Parts: sequence; structure tokens; C-alpha cells
Amino acid sequence: MKILVPVKRVLDYNIKPRAKADGSGVELTGLKMSMNPFDEIALEEAIRLKEKGIASEVVAVSCGQTSSQDTLRTALALGADRAILIEHDGEFEPLAVAKCLVKLIEQEQPKIVICGKQAIDDDANQTGQMLAALLNWSQATFASKVEVEEDRLLVTREIDGGLETLSVTLPSVVTTDLRLNDPRFATLPNIMKAKKKPLETIQANTLGIDLTPRVTILGVREPDPRSSGVRVDSVDSLIDKLKHEAKVIA
Amino acid sequence: MTTLIVAELEKNQLKESVRQLIAASTPIPGEKHLLIMGHQLDKALAECQLLPHISKIIVADDASLSDESAEKMAEVVLSIAEQYSHILTPATAFGKNFLPRVAARLDVPQLSEVIQVKDAEHFSRPIYAGSLITDVKVTEKIIPMTIRISAFDAVQGRNANGATIEKLSMPTLPNISQRVSLNLHDSTRPQLDSAKVVVSGGRGLSSQENFHALLEPLADKLNAALGASRAAVDLGYAPNDYQVGQTGKIIAPNLYIAVGISGAIQHLAGMKNAKCIVAINKDPDAPIHQVSDYSLVGDLNEVIPELTSKL
Ligand SMILES: Cc1cc2nc3c(=O)[nH]c(=O)nc-3n(C[C@H](O)[C@H](O)[C@H](O)COP(=O)(O)OP(=O)(O)OC[C@H]3O[C@@H](n4cnc5c(N)ncnc54)[C@H](O)[C@@H]3O)c2cc1C
Repeated sequence: MKILVPVKRVLDYNIKPRAKADGSGVELTGLKMSMNPFDEIALEEAIRLKEKGIASEVVAVSCGQTSSQDTLRTALALGADRAILIEHDGEFEPLAVAKCLVKLIEQEQPKIVICGKQAIDDDANQTGQMLAALLNWSQATFASKVEVEEDRLLVTREIDGGLETLSVTLPSVVTTDLRLNDPRFATLPNIMKAKKKPLETIQANTLGIDLTPRVTILGVREPDPRSSGVRVDSVDSLIDKLKHEAKVIA
Repeated sequence: MTTLIVAELEKNQLKESVRQLIAASTPIPGEKHLLIMGHQLDKALAECQLLPHISKIIVADDASLSDESAEKMAEVVLSIAEQYSHILTPATAFGKNFLPRVAARLDVPQLSEVIQVKDAEHFSRPIYAGSLITDVKVTEKIIPMTIRISAFDAVQGRNANGATIEKLSMPTLPNISQRVSLNLHDSTRPQLDSAKVVVSGGRGLSSQENFHALLEPLADKLNAALGASRAAVDLGYAPNDYQVGQTGKIIAPNLYIAVGISGAIQHLAGMKNAKCIVAINKDPDAPIHQVSDYSLVGDLNEVIPELTSKL
């Protein structure tokens, strides 16, 4: 059983993002980029399924600029067998990414696609669901536990009031929540080995998909800052402020 | 131009968030229709009829919809989607699950977590865990979007004219997903996403026992919902649906009390729009103090019992 894992290169989660001075976008030059944390979890889950003998091959794919090769090398170092870059220089919206992945899936024929539930840059939370819809596949989003049965998956999902367990027909798209697993770190020998693993590049514009962005970004700005408040030195003074100044308790 | 609002239900009842969805839709000209999906919806329908600004209520009532499967709900919405200019649903686990399927099948982009609707084509939404806001323009034939409920004030009032009711004839629904079990936490507390007061605990609570022994009595006094940081959830102090933040619930209560929470950017994403934030943390340099209205630097094991007893 082959598993496909889409991975995205994003601004590292420890770095505070800033708008470009002219408000046209997000300042990324010279800043540390990493694999989207949710995708690390997706990849870890796929690798564990391979280690358990359930998956036969783990293929990592990234849709993005040439620099996304770094992210794919990381994926290979973590345990993916092969990597594919679908290269495109411009804005890559979730729908366009999903369409590119459909083309790749038609060739690769994976049984399961595991993706992160959202990317921490655009926070869209769309690609996995869109991909499942375009393929007419089942989906199991926000997964915190995945078990593979013969031709089905049993997936526990984190939903608003608690947990839901689904049984979905394969092939299927799973999107990962934070508590699915704790991803491993790449070891130095594996980073060396990853350099010899295959990394193929496909030009997105050869796939016959219209990649033109359909959401026009008029501007990117910082939200109004919260003015920082006051220190209170005792519980009594806190209660007094909450009652008489903020008037949030009776 | 007609807007379709897809309401979220809970235990067959209409969630309050529908009033915020209606509020979000008001800058878009034209009629507003409301869709409810599920099984045994009489009660929910009666609640819908009270809502202002809704001219038509569409009811998709079928036993197979009771499990809220994304594949099925998307199919129901798609069966009427072409009649609409905008489709709005809450940016919750409910809405995020099926709406992207609808958008993809309609071959249109979706907007996620919209916090401002300026008119039919201009919208704002947060990116990077709310560290930045992006203003966008979309001119598609249909615009599906999930709405960040906490960014809108609920519309008030009742329906004066009465809405027409349409029973939807069910499209063929796929059968590729079944619910095996559902474990909802029963709680007598107000719900986290709509509570006026939230008491939230982090790693500083140091154990599950301490989390509950200290925070439950305080929450009881304040009639508050309980929340938690990711660290507290990961460590098993609190269940997953307590998580507040980029990947948990995004809330804007009147009062948010952060206890033993450092204030990581991913946590702030979920609560920094609260009207009043109180931080209780022993570290004077914890980033949570930068967003809080009132900071009390001290040991939560002493501060919380004292606070609870004095309220
Ligand atoms: C992709 C991604 C998504 C994430 N999403 C979320 C999310 O949705 N929500 C979320 O919360 N986090 C999220 N995180 C995690 C986030 O980065 C932080 O790790 C987390 O919020 C830290 O939780 P904490 O504040 O409880 O723990 P810590 O950062 O460890 O802080 C504990 C605090 O408790 C204080 N403390 C300790 N003992 C006491 C005491 N006795 N009295 C008073 N104060 C005390 C300490 O001074 C400290 O400030 C995410 C991370 C990633 C990478």
C-alpha cells in the first residue's frame, strides 16, 4: 500500500511574521523556513505505517518553488522513500494544489493520502478536503488516531465537543491534528542518506491546470495591537479592578 | 444575489452561532436562505423560524444525515449551491469539514475564517495564527466561506415576516464513511466557544488533579467555561476540546483568565480578542503579560484558591 504525503515549506513557527513595508504580502526574505508542523505529523504517521509493514512506500510531494526541495530533502531524511516537487513560482492556492495532486495521484495510485490539517502560514484548512472531493474519495479530517484495516481506515477525529471515530472506505484522505503523534528528528546519517534518494521535479505548468490565483490579495497588515495592561500586586486589587474598572464581574 | 447560510446543529438543536452568521452576511445584498441538515429537525426548524433576516429555510432531513458526514453534507449543499452567490458556514470542525469539498466541486476558491465582510466582494481574514490580517477581493460566481464566529456580534430580534419552508428532495448520498462512535464531553458549564467568562489553564497547573481541583471551583464561582493550552491538553490535564489557540478554539469572551499559560503566539491566536484578559503567572517576563489587561505575578497554587474564596 502506497502512501502519499504532501508537505509544505512555511515560515518556521518560532518566527514572528511581519507584513512587507508596502503591505503587499508577508516578509519572508532571509527568514528560517521549515516543514509545516502538521505535515511533519502526517509524514511521521506514514513512516510508522511503513515500519509496521502496512505501507509499502511513502512518497513525499511538495507544491511550490524550487526552494521546497529543502523540505523534500528533510522528508527523505525523516524516512520518505521518494520525493516529487511540483514546481511553480507564483502564488499557489489550495484549489490549485489539490488539482495538481489529483494529476499526481492518477499516476502514483496511492491508497492513502495523509496531509496536515492546515498550513501555519495561510491557515486555510482546505487542501485535504478539496483533494478528497475532486477524487471522490472519503476523508477523515483532524485525525488524532489512525488504524488501517483491510479496505478501510478507523480514524479518531478531534471535533468541537469531543472525539468522533469514523470508518472510511479506502482510498481516503486523512488530515492530521497535533495529537496524532510526536514526529521524530532527522539523524545525521539519515540526512546523508537522503541526498541519494530520488527527488523528481515536475513543472506545474505542464499539468494542464490553470494556476492563476483567484483570490486577489489587496493587502497584508498587522492587527490593531492590544495595549499592554497593568500589574496588580494582590488578589484583592485584581478583584477590585475586575469589578469596578473592567466591570466584567459582578 | 442570494446568500446561503448553512447552520450548525448540536444534538438536533440550532447553535447560537447562526445569529453571528446572519450578522456576517448582512453587508451582502440580497435574500438570505438558511439550510439545516440532519435528522429529526422539527425542533431546530421551529428555532429557525424565529431568526431575523431569513426569507427561506431549507430542511434536509434524512436518517443518513444524522452522522454529519462531510461527504454527505457536501452533496446536499452541492444540490442547491448553484442558486447562490455566497455560502456561509461557521469556521468550526463542522464547517471546515465539508465546505472545502463544496468549493472544490464547484471549482471555486474558498475563504477560511473570515473576520470581516465589507461587501459582496471584499473580505478580511487572519493568516499566520492571526499575527497578520489579509484583505482580499474575490469575484467568483459563488463564494463559499467559513466565518470566524467570535468576530461578529449576533443579530438580535425575531423574524417579523415569516420565512418560507422548503423540504429538500434528497440527492443520492455517497456511502463511503460511517460514524463508529461519538464521545462528546457532557458538561453543565457554559460552552467554551460562547461563554462570557473563560478560565484557562496551562502547563503551570502541573497535573490533571491540580488542573481540576484549582480551576473548577473558580469556574463555578464565575459561571465560566474551562479552557486549556495545548501543553495542558497534550499532558492530559484537560480533554482536547478545551484547547484554545491557532489549532483549537478561537474565542472572544468578556473575561479570559489565563492561569499558568506562557502566552505562545499559537495560544494568543485563540484568545487575544477577549475583551478583558487576566494573566496569572509566576514569571514576570512571560509573553502573556504583553496582551493582558491585568497581570498578577505569583504562584497559581496560592493565587487561585485565594481568588476563588474572595469572589
Ligand atoms: C503548529 C502549532 C500549533 C499550536 N497550536 C496551539 C494551540 O492551538 N493552542 C496552544 O495553547 N498552543 C498551541 N501550540 C503550542 C504553543 O506553541 C505552546 O507550546 C503552548 O501554548 C504552551 O503551553 P503553556 O503556556 O501551557 O506551557 P508553557 O509555555 O510551558 O508555559 C507554562 C507557564 O506556566 C507558568 N507557571 C509554571 N508554574 C507556575 C506556577 N506555580 N504559578 C504560576 N505560573 C506558573 C510558567 O511561568 C509558564 O509561563 C502550537 C504549536 C505549534 C507548533
